Amino acid sequence: MRIAIIDYGSGNLCSAAKAFERAARESSLQAEVLVTSHPEDVRLADHIVLPGVGAYADCRAGLDAVDGMVEALNEAVIANGRPFLGICVGLQLLASRGLEYKVTEGLGWIPGDVVSLEPSDPSLKIPHMGWNTVELVRDHPVWAGIPTGPDGLHAYFVHSYHLKAANPAHVLATADYAETVTACVGRDNIIGTQFHPEKSQKLGLALISNFLKWRP
Amino acid sequence: MLKARVIPCLDVKDGRVVKGVNFVDLKDAGDPVESAKAYDAAGADELCFLDITASHENRGTILDVVRRTAEECFMPVTVGGGIRTTDNIRDLLKAGADKVSINTAAVLRREFIREASEKFGAQCIVASVDAKRVSKEGEPLKWEIFTHGGRTPTGIDAIEYAQEVVDLGAGEILLTSMDRDGTKIGFDIDLTRKIADMLTVPVIASGGVGTLEHLVEGVRDGHATAVLAASIFHFGEYSIREAKDYMVKAGIPMRMDLDK
Repeated sequence: MRIAIIDYGSGNLCSAAKAFERAARESSLQAEVLVTSHPEDVRLADHIVLPGVGAYADCRAGLDAVDGMVEALNEAVIANGRPFLGICVGLQLLASRGLEYKVTEGLGWIPGDVVSLEPSDPSLKIPHMGWNTVELVRDHPVWAGIPTGPDGLHAYFVHSYHLKAANPAHVLATADYAETVTACVGRDNIIGTQFHPEKSQKLGLALISNFLKWRP
Repeated sequence: MLKARVIPCLDVKDGRVVKGVNFVDLKDAGDPVESAKAYDAAGADELCFLDITASHENRGTILDVVRRTAEECFMPVTVGGGIRTTDNIRDLLKAGADKVSINTAAVLRREFIREASEKFGAQCIVASVDAKRVSKEGEPLKWEIFTHGGRTPTGIDAIEYAQEVVDLGAGEILLTSMDRDGTKIGFDIDLTRKIADMLTVPVIASGGVGTLEHLVEGVRDGHATAVLAASIFHFGEYSIREAKDYMVKAGIPMRMDLDK
C-alpha cells in the first residue's frame, strides 16, 4: 500500500509520516509512506493525506505553487475515488471558501465556508488549543471502535477557524467549545479532521489505522 | 470540553536532561528521548524541550533529540532555547517540533514574532515571557522581563510585553516567574492571573511548582490553560498520573485517556 502525504511547504510532516508508519505497523499493514511534492506520486498512491498548518491563504497558495498538484488531487480523489484524509488546514482546504483575513477559494469538495471560532463564553481562549472530546454525529468506518462522547478519548486541536459545512450530512463529528466546532467532515471517499490525529496519541493512531483499512 | 494540560518540561544541555535550581547548579536527570517516551506513555498532554545552553553551544544536539522523539511520541512537542532566526524555527519544525517558544530574540527585536507567525502560523509560535517581580511591598504590582535565564534585566514591563507579542502574532504564552523558578513554592499567581485574564490566547503557567496543589492553583486561581513543571516529575516525586488524578479531584477537567 502506498500512502502519499502531500508536502507543499506547510509545516512539519515528519511526525505525520511517523504516525502513519506506526499505525500501519500496528495494524500489520504493509505500507510505504511517502512525503512528496510530486503530483505523480499522488496519482499512484492508494491513500492520500493533505496536512496543513498556518494561514488559509498561505496554504492554498502553497498548494497551487506545486505545479500540477491540484489537478493530480482532483484526478486521484474525485475521478478515481482514492481514500483521502485532510488534516487541520488540509480539512479546511476542502471547503468552498476560506474567510481567514481575506476570501480564498478552497477545493470545493465539502461545500461551506471556513469561518472564525466564536465561542459564546468570552473567557475561552483562541486558538482552541489542546485536548477535547468529540461527539460522533454519524457513524463512519474511520471512527470504528473509537470511544467518543464526554467519556471518550481526546483529540488534539489547535485552530482558530473551522469549516461550517453547507450540508449538515457532511459533518461526521463535532467538539464543544462553547459553540459546536466542526471536528470531522466526510463524504464518499473523502474525510477531514480539524484535530491532528498524528498528535492525538491513542485516538489518533486508531483513526489513522481505520483510515488505512478503509475501502470506500 | 477542552481539558487543562499538564506539560513536563525537559531542560536539555548537550543532549541530556538537566534541571537547574534558579537556572544554576544543574543536575543530570537522564536521556531526553527516554524521558519523552516515558511521559508520552504516562499521559502527559504535551512535552516541552528547553535547550538551556543553546546560545553558547552546538544546536545540532537538540535537533537530534527532537527527531528521535518525533519518531516515538505522537503528542505535541514544543521546543525553546536559543531560537534567533526563522531558519532555526524551520529546522526545529522539520525535525518534528510542533511549536517553538521564542524568548530573547523577541525581547531584542519584537518584529521577530510577527515574521515567525506570518511564516509558520500563530499556532506554532509560543512567546516565552520570563518575568520578575520588581515592585516593592506596598507598591502596585509590577513585573519586568528578564533574559538569559533570569540574569539580565531589560526594563520592559512584562504585562505590556505579553500583550504586545500576542498582538504581533504569538499563539500562546509560556509565562515563567523568574522569582519562583526552582523554588518549589508555587506559581506567582498574581502574575499568572493578570496575564491570563488579559490575553485572548492560552497561557502556560511555569516556575515554582513543588506540589500537586500548585498545579491546581495555576489553573483554578491563575486561570492558566496549561501548567508546566520539571523537577517534580523528573525526580519521580510525582507521576503525571498522580498530578492529573489530583487535579481531577480538585474539580479541574483533565484528559484521562490511559484507561480507555
